[in-house]
Amino acid sequence: MDFVAALDLETALDAKAEHPEAELLAGGTDLMVEVNLAHHRPHGVISVRRCSELLELDEHRIGAAVTWARLERGTHRALAQLARTIGSPQIRAAGTLGGNVATASPAGDGLPWIAAMNGGIEVASRDRGGRLIPWDEFFVGVKETTLAPDEIITAIVVPDDAPSVQEFAKVGVRNAMVIATVSCVVARGEDGFRVALGSVAPTPIRATSAETMLNGAASMDESVLAEFARIVSDEVRPITDHRSTEAYRRHASGVLARRLVERCLAA
Amino acid sequence: MIVTFTINGEDRGATVAGWESLLTVLRDDLGLAGSKNACEQGECGSCSVIIDGENVCSCLIMVGDLEGAAITTVEGIAIEGELHPIQEAILEEGGVQCGFCTPGFVVTGAHLFGDDPSPDEATIREAFSGNICRCTGYGALLRAFGQLAEGES
Repeated sequence: MDFVAALDLETALDAKAEHPEAELLAGGTDLMVEVNLAHHRPHGVISVRRCSELLELDEHRIGAAVTWARLERGTHRALAQLARTIGSPQIRAAGTLGGNVATASPAGDGLPWIAAMNGGIEVASRDRGGRLIPWDEFFVGVKETTLAPDEIITAIVVPDDAPSVQEFAKVGVRNAMVIATVSCVVARGEDGFRVALGSVAPTPIRATSAETMLNGAASMDESVLAEFARIVSDEVRPITDHRSTEAYRRHASGVLARRLVERCLAA
Repeated sequence: MIVTFTINGEDRGATVAGWESLLTVLRDDLGLAGSKNACEQGECGSCSVIIDGENVCSCLIMVGDLEGAAITTVEGIAIEGELHPIQEAILEEGGVQCGFCTPGFVVTGAHLFGDDPSPDEATIREAFSGNICRCTGYGALLRAFGQLAEGES
């Protein structure tokens, strides 16, 4: 098998069942970089970029092949904010949320949003049907997921109780074409604040101790917010690499999370 | 595999490995060397082409995915031998130095003005964000785009 351009899910699932070693292609913004710069030669490619079921988009279900360009005009506020910060117009016209999930980079900008929404990853295989994997059971390590070789990500599912008050911010060395040093989503729902971060652990994470502290606080005064930021900085598990240091990432995590809590309070 | 599509309105096809980039096929198989090969990771925009109405980096597009696609490259921006207004504007403002980024800026400009004939400066800067120029510092390009936008508004 060389290349299958699947226009519907059945074609894609058949191809993946018969060729589990084949690589899935959505926007190409990760896979083609490996082809171009790492001389990677795929043994078979299944493209889902034009797979009709994966292009469906509504409030509760985001098809895996929906591009950032569509999401930046969408209704989920923080998702639209983060989509607009990704790459450049050319990258956003190609890259997809499903591809971001499949690559599962610690720096994937869409992933903290999924974590803050308590989203699920909907996957399917020809022989075993579909399943919905909670985000924290899907992302298990740096670029490691629990997707099986014969499965395809079909959608990101957003629960009914996803808060409409939600804010995103990230830190990087410049605005366009940059990989996040720290990214953060804070949402405020009926269950209180939810705080998710990217680029500060092997997977996207929720700052659960900081959430518990904030949601138990009687008021949102300066000392509470400062203590919240300190707990976030403590709770993240960043590393030092070519993009930044552990110390800076801890600091920026607390600053961003607090800033977004304040924006949610003002919303 | 054989892939067929239209490029600049002409029916074309190529025998390719499906995983090859459109950029490689344009330059090495189809004789269209206007799209430049620089970063090969979607950062510089010098290989920008319009596929089915979207401005994308041809280095990141697998050619196997393009059956039936309508592709416009920098060679197809001028209309019947007449320069496109964005090409005229870049010439007039001197928005070219080494020239390597120019095809990408021309394609991005044609795409931008195709969608919005009078973009404001913020929109122009945003549209530029996927095209890197290391010589002019963008000033002349920004003036060229701005002049065209003003002319249209």
